[in-house]
Amino acid sequence: MSSDVHAHADAHHSADDHAGTRQGQLIGFGLSVVLTAIPFLLVMNGSLDKQVTALIIMAFAAVQVVVHMIFFLHMNTKAEGGWTMMALIFTIIMVVIALSGSLWVMHHLTTNMMPVHEMGSTP
Amino acid sequence: MFDTANLTKLIFGRLTLESLPLHEPIIVGTFAMVALGGLALLGALTYFRLWGYLWKEWFTTVDHKRIGIMYMVLGIVMLLRGFADALMMRLQQAIAFNGSEGYLNSHHYDQVFTAHGVIMIFFVAMPLVTGLMNYVVPLQIGARDVSFPFLNNFSFWMTTAGAVLVMCSLFVGEFARTGWLAYPPLSNLSYSPDVGVDYYIWALQVAGVGTLLSGVNLICTIVKMRAPGMTMMKMPVFTWTSLCTNVLIVASFPVLTAVLALLSLDRYVGTNFFTNDFGGDPMMYVNLIWIWGHPEVYILILPAFGIFSEVTSTFSGKRLFGYTSMVYATVVITILSYLVWLHHFFTMGSGASVNSFFGITTMIISIPTGAKMFNWLFTMYRGRIRFELPMMWTVAFMLTFVIGGMTGVLLAVPPADFVLHNSLFLVAHFHNVIIGGVLFGLFAGIAYWFPKAFGFKLDPFWGKMSFWFWTVGFYFAFMPLYVLGLMGVTRRLRTFDDPSLQIWFIIAGIGAFMILLGIASFLIQIAVSVLRREQLVDTTGDPWDARTLEWATSSPPPAYNFAFTPVIHDNDAWWDMKRRGYVRPLTGFKAIHMPSNSGTGVILAGLSTTMAFGLIWYMWWMAAGSFAALLAVAIGHTFNYHRSFHIPADEVVSVERARTELLAAGAKS
Amino acid sequence: MTIAAGTMKAGEPVFYVVDEHDHPEGSSTMLGFWIYLMSDCLIFAILFAVYGVLGTKYAAGPAPKDLFDLSLVAVNTSFLLLSSLTYGFAMLSMQQNRVGAMQAWLVVTGLFGLAFLGIELTEFAHMIHEGATPQRSAFLSSFFTLVGTHGLHVTFGLVWLVTLMVQVKRFGLIEANRRRLVCLSMFWHFLDVIWIGVFTFVYLMGMLR
Repeated sequence: MSSDVHAHADAHHSADDHAGTRQGQLIGFGLSVVLTAIPFLLVMNGSLDKQVTALIIMAFAAVQVVVHMIFFLHMNTKAEGGWTMMALIFTIIMVVIALSGSLWVMHHLTTNMMPVHEMGSTP
Repeated sequence: MFDTANLTKLIFGRLTLESLPLHEPIIVGTFAMVALGGLALLGALTYFRLWGYLWKEWFTTVDHKRIGIMYMVLGIVMLLRGFADALMMRLQQAIAFNGSEGYLNSHHYDQVFTAHGVIMIFFVAMPLVTGLMNYVVPLQIGARDVSFPFLNNFSFWMTTAGAVLVMCSLFVGEFARTGWLAYPPLSNLSYSPDVGVDYYIWALQVAGVGTLLSGVNLICTIVKMRAPGMTMMKMPVFTWTSLCTNVLIVASFPVLTAVLALLSLDRYVGTNFFTNDFGGDPMMYVNLIWIWGHPEVYILILPAFGIFSEVTSTFSGKRLFGYTSMVYATVVITILSYLVWLHHFFTMGSGASVNSFFGITTMIISIPTGAKMFNWLFTMYRGRIRFELPMMWTVAFMLTFVIGGMTGVLLAVPPADFVLHNSLFLVAHFHNVIIGGVLFGLFAGIAYWFPKAFGFKLDPFWGKMSFWFWTVGFYFAFMPLYVLGLMGVTRRLRTFDDPSLQIWFIIAGIGAFMILLGIASFLIQIAVSVLRREQLVDTTGDPWDARTLEWATSSPPPAYNFAFTPVIHDNDAWWDMKRRGYVRPLTGFKAIHMPSNSGTGVILAGLSTTMAFGLIWYMWWMAAGSFAALLAVAIGHTFNYHRSFHIPADEVVSVERARTELLAAGAKS
Repeated sequence: MTIAAGTMKAGEPVFYVVDEHDHPEGSSTMLGFWIYLMSDCLIFAILFAVYGVLGTKYAAGPAPKDLFDLSLVAVNTSFLLLSSLTYGFAMLSMQQNRVGAMQAWLVVTGLFGLAFLGIELTEFAHMIHEGATPQRSAFLSSFFTLVGTHGLHVTFGLVWLVTLMVQVKRFGLIEANRRRLVCLSMFWHFLDVIWIGVFTFVYLMGMLR
C-alpha cells in the first residue's frame, strides 16, 4: 500500500521536483563553462603532450556529464523509487560494453586481418 | 522538360509493371489464393456488418487484454506464412539432387530463406511473446491496464505495419535475398540493387518502433503499477522474466535501429559505413547487429522460461522450487546476454584473446540456465503432477531444450565453431532452442491462459494431436540437420552434388510435414474448442487450480480486470487467498477510471506504412507526404487532453453480479 | 488510503483495497520518458562506436585537422550550454507559476537552439563545399551521421518546444502540460550531455590526431 501512496504523491510533486533551484542551475552552468573551456583551451594551445591532453579532456568530459546529471537533470537515488538511477547505471554499463567491446573486437580484427599497406590509404 | 517517362518515374519511382512477379507461377498462385481468401474475409465482414464492431471494440482499443489477443492473432497468421516458407525449403532441399534444380530458382529460393528467418523471429515469435506479456502481466500484478494504454495500441499497429510490409514484398517487388540479418556487402546497393533489402530495412524499422515502445510501456507497468503488497520479490516469475525481457528490448532494439539506419544511409545516400571502399568496414555491421542479435534470442526465451515456471508450479500443485534463484538466474542471464555477441562470428578473425573471452562468457550463460532447469525438476519432484496440455509441452521442452543447450555449448568452443560455423549443425542448434524452447513455451502459455482469455478451455484431444505431431516432427526435422552439419553441409544451399546426403533431407522433409500436421491440429483445436465451448466452459475463472493473481478474476476478465485492487501477501498471491479463506467482495463497488479508445494508433501506423512504401520504391512525394501527415497527426493527438472515462458504478455492479450468479451456478453443477 | 476497512479485524488478512481513488494519470510518464531517453542514449552509443572504429579511415581524404574550426565549435557549444541554462530558468518560472516569464525563457531557449543548428548547418555546408561530403570516406560518413543525428534531435526538440508553447498558451499550466515541459527539459538536457561527448571525442580528440 505504501508504494501506492508514493505513486500518488509522485504525480503531484514530480513535475516541480525537476526544476531545482536558481542557485543550482547557476552552479551547474558555471561548472560546465569551466569544464568546457579548459579542454578547448588545452587543445587550441596544444602546449601539452597529445596523450596527456587526450586523457585530461576525457576526464573533464566525464566530470561534466556528472555535473549535468546532477544540476540539470536533477538525478538522485530517490526519484521514482530509485528506478531512474537504476536505469541510468544499467545504460552506462550497456554503453561501456557496446563501445569498448566494439573497439576491442574491431581493433583485433584489423590487426589480424588487414594487410598493413591498406590501412587508411586506399581510395 | 517533362516527358511521360519522367512523370511516371516521379509518380511511381522504380515501381513498374515488371516489379510484379507475374513470371513466378508459385507466387501468382499464392497471390490468387490470398486474394480470394482476403476477398472472402472482407465480404464476410461486410455482410455480417462487423466493421463497426471491429473498429470500435478491437482496432482502436486500449485494453491490454484485447491488444494482447490481437498480437497473438498476428503471430499465428504470420506463423502460417513463415511455415509455408519452411516447407518450401525442405521440399526444395529434399529433391534438388542428382543434377535436379528442384522447383525453386535461386532468385526465389534466396528470398524464401530470408523471409522465413525474418518472419519467424520478428513477426511470429516477437508478437506471440509480446501478446502473452501484454495479456498476462497486468493481470498478474493486479493492475487495470498498462502504464501507457494508447502507446500500447500504437505499438501493436506498428508491429502489424511491419508485417504488412513484409507481406507486401511477396506480391509487389521482392524480398531481400541476403539471409535474415542482411550482412553487407551483399546487402549494399552494389550487390542488392533491388527493393528486397529496402523492404527488409523498413519493415524492421517500423516494427522496431512498436517493439521498443511496448518495451518501455511494460517496464513502467511492472515498476509502477503493481498492486499494494507486491514487492519485487513477490512478483510472479512470469512477470519477472517479462521485466527482464523488456529491459533487454529497450537496451537492444536501439542498436538494431541504429545499425539499420546506417545500412540505409549506405543504400540511399551513398555513405561508406559498410562498403568495401573508402574506409568502410562490413564487419562493423556484423559486430553491431549481433550486439542486438544476441540479446534478441534471450528476449524470446526468457518469457518462455517464465511460462514454464508458472505451468510447472501450477500443475505440480507446489510452490516453485527456488524462486529467489530463479529470479537471480534471470537477471544474470539478462546481463550476460550482452557479453557474448561475438560467438556468432568467431570465424571473423579477431584472434585468440577475443574469441576465448567470448567463448567463456557464452559457456557461463549455461550455468544460470542449468540452475533453472533444476528448479523446474525439483518443483516437479514429489509434486502431484497433472499431465494437462501445458505440462506436456513443459516436459517436452525440458528434454528438447537440454539437447539444444548442449549443442550450444559445443558451438561456444571457438575451435569447434570454426568447423561448424554456418553449417546445418548451427541451423539445427538454433531451431532446437527456438522451437524446443520458445515455441513449446508459447504453446504451453496459449493452452494455459486460453481459458482465462475466453472463458473455455482448449480441446484436449486436438491439443495432444498437435503436441505429438510437433514434438515428433521436430526431432525428425532437425536431428538429420545435426548429422548433415557434422558432415560439413553448409546452410542456405539450394542444390546438392552428393547423393548420399539425400536420405537425411528426405527425413527432415518428413519431419517438416509432421510439423505441418501439428500446426493444422492446433488450428483445428481452436476451431473445435470454439464449437464445443459449452462443454469446455469454465465458470470459476480458475480452471487449473492455479496460484497467481490473474486467476482471481473472472474468465474472461472484465474490462477493469479487478473490481477492487487486490492486496498481496505472498508470491503465489491467489493460492494464498484461496488458502486463507478469501471472500469475494459483493458490495461497495465504485466507478472505475479507465483510458478511452483511440483511432490515432491505426492512423499513425498506416501513415508509417505508406511512408515506408514510398521510401522503398523511391516515390519521394509519397514518403514526404506521409511523413508530414505523420507529424501533423502526432502533434494533433497531443492536443487531446481527455483520454479517460469512468466505468459507472452501476455497470461494475451488474458485471460483478453476473459473475456471482455464474459462480453460484458453477458450484451447484 | 484504507484497505478493506469494513473487514479489518486483528490478525485477519486483507485482500483488497476498498477505499480506492482514481489512479492519477501520467504517474508513469517521467519514468517512461527517462527509459526512452536511455534507449536513445544507446543509439548514440552505437554511433559513437562507429565513429570510434571508422573515424580514422580517411581514405586518403581530408582529416579532422583539415576540416574542423574549433572556435566555431566553442561558440556552438556555448549556445547549447546557454540554452540548457535558460531552459532551467523556464522550469523555475514554471515552478513559480509565472507563465509569461516561462514562455519568454522558452523563446530564448528556442533561439539558442536555432542558432546552434544554424552554425552546425553552416559548418556542414562549408565542409561539403570543400568536397568533404559524407560519401567521401568512412570517417566523414560517421562524422556527419553522429553530429547530424544530434542535430536532428535538436530540430525535433525545437518542434516540440513550439508545440508546447502553443499548448501552454491555450490550456495554461495544467498538470499535463507541466509534465510535458519536464519531459522536454529532460530531453533538452540529455542532448547537452550527448554534445559533451561529441565535442570531446569528435572535435577535440580529432584535432589531437
